Amino acid sequence: MNVAVCDYCAGNVRSVAVALRRLGADVQVTRFPERVASADLAVLPGVGSAAAAMAALREDGLDEALLGRVAAGRPTLGICLGLQLALEESEEDGGVPGLGLVPGRARRLTGDRVPRLGWATVEPLGEAFYFAHSYAAETPAATATSEGVVAEVRAGSFLGVQFHPEKSGPAGARYLERCLSPA
Amino acid sequence: MPLPRLIPCLDVAGGRVVKGVRFRGLRDVGDPVALAAGYSDAGADELVFLDIEATVAGRGALCELVARVADAVAIPFTVGGGVRTAEEGAALLEAGADRVSVNSAALARPALVEELAARLGSQAVVVAVDAAGGEVFSRAGGDATGRRAEDWAREAEDRGAGEILLTSIDADGTRDGYDLDLTRRVADAVSVPVIASGGAGDTGHVAEALGVAQAALLASILHEDPARLRSLRAELRARGVRLRDAA
Repeated sequence: MNVAVCDYCAGNVRSVAVALRRLGADVQVTRFPERVASADLAVLPGVGSAAAAMAALREDGLDEALLGRVAAGRPTLGICLGLQLALEESEEDGGVPGLGLVPGRARRLTGDRVPRLGWATVEPLGEAFYFAHSYAAETPAATATSEGVVAEVRAGSFLGVQFHPEKSGPAGARYLERCLSPA
Repeated sequence: MPLPRLIPCLDVAGGRVVKGVRFRGLRDVGDPVALAAGYSDAGADELVFLDIEATVAGRGALCELVARVADAVAIPFTVGGGVRTAEEGAALLEAGADRVSVNSAALARPALVEELAARLGSQAVVVAVDAAGGEVFSRAGGDATGRRAEDWAREAEDRGAGEILLTSIDADGTRDGYDLDLTRRVADAVSVPVIASGGAGDTGHVAEALGVAQAALLASILHEDPARLRSLRAELRARGVRLRDAA
């Protein structure tokens, strides 16, 4: 399977590409919208701030490529900030409009310890995955949660995960394998 | 709260795992990538790599090592040692690290923490605090700063640190247990997660630390042996510590 990983901001894009290659995917790390548009699967990773990431997506035209893919029903995976950018809005950085692929907004976590760092069980998946975030989605599109936090969302052909499957050991590899072999 | 974390620490220099006493008589004890993969398989929740030479000349070697580790293991890892600018931090993340750790450079120029947080996000910024008698020391324990550990930890959090790696210089190497009082004071002072470090001698010590901090750094207790991590995890579970199922 041909996978395009969006290369649009500082961050750990490499680990996402490595994890997918380990599973046999043909991975391109790219900032070209046409490649993102045409891949079998597009992945929007992301760490860092919502405002800077959104600006970088727009600058390269990756926002339009992602919107076009999802409108056409092509599989698209957002990871961590990549999920939050797919929402209508994030309250980070004083309010940042998102791609609007998924209804809802990203809100700052209010918990014991923020950032929420570490492994936590995701239900109904029944396994622990690695999280590292200070904001989380509030959305009617949630399909899995972790300690009350939205862990996975689905809207059309967009799948978003708050955890880092590429850093979640064997459980993460199994998750990515499912992403590479859609039903 | 996520599950408590066990974090093996690997001291590296010149691209190799090294071991030494007070940075003297460094001995090469192996390949970091092989050891990292061994720890990952044995259930490590994360890894920390500390470049104890951290020379300018060694920066390229460190990025290369980070890339090799990222290719080999699928768990998060933090890299520290000699990061003085947001650029250097970003280079480590681009090479495949998940977080960068800063210590003396942040004490010398606290704005570094803000610059790193702005560039990488707070979740990627660890501030390492070394304390003796409750006071922060910089330069590997060499220079007293006159600051209380909890005060510096709180300032680091205010400036954007996403985690505090707290090492008790008093407890380090004693194997008498973590400095729980110090760890509790710092954990109470901040709302970011805290990693306890220094003093682990047996399973009970690690269990105690995980009752106060969100993670425990494991160094000499493991003897660079992944099998010891595996047995330690089993012993902690038997004591009722909730750890992830790493299968």
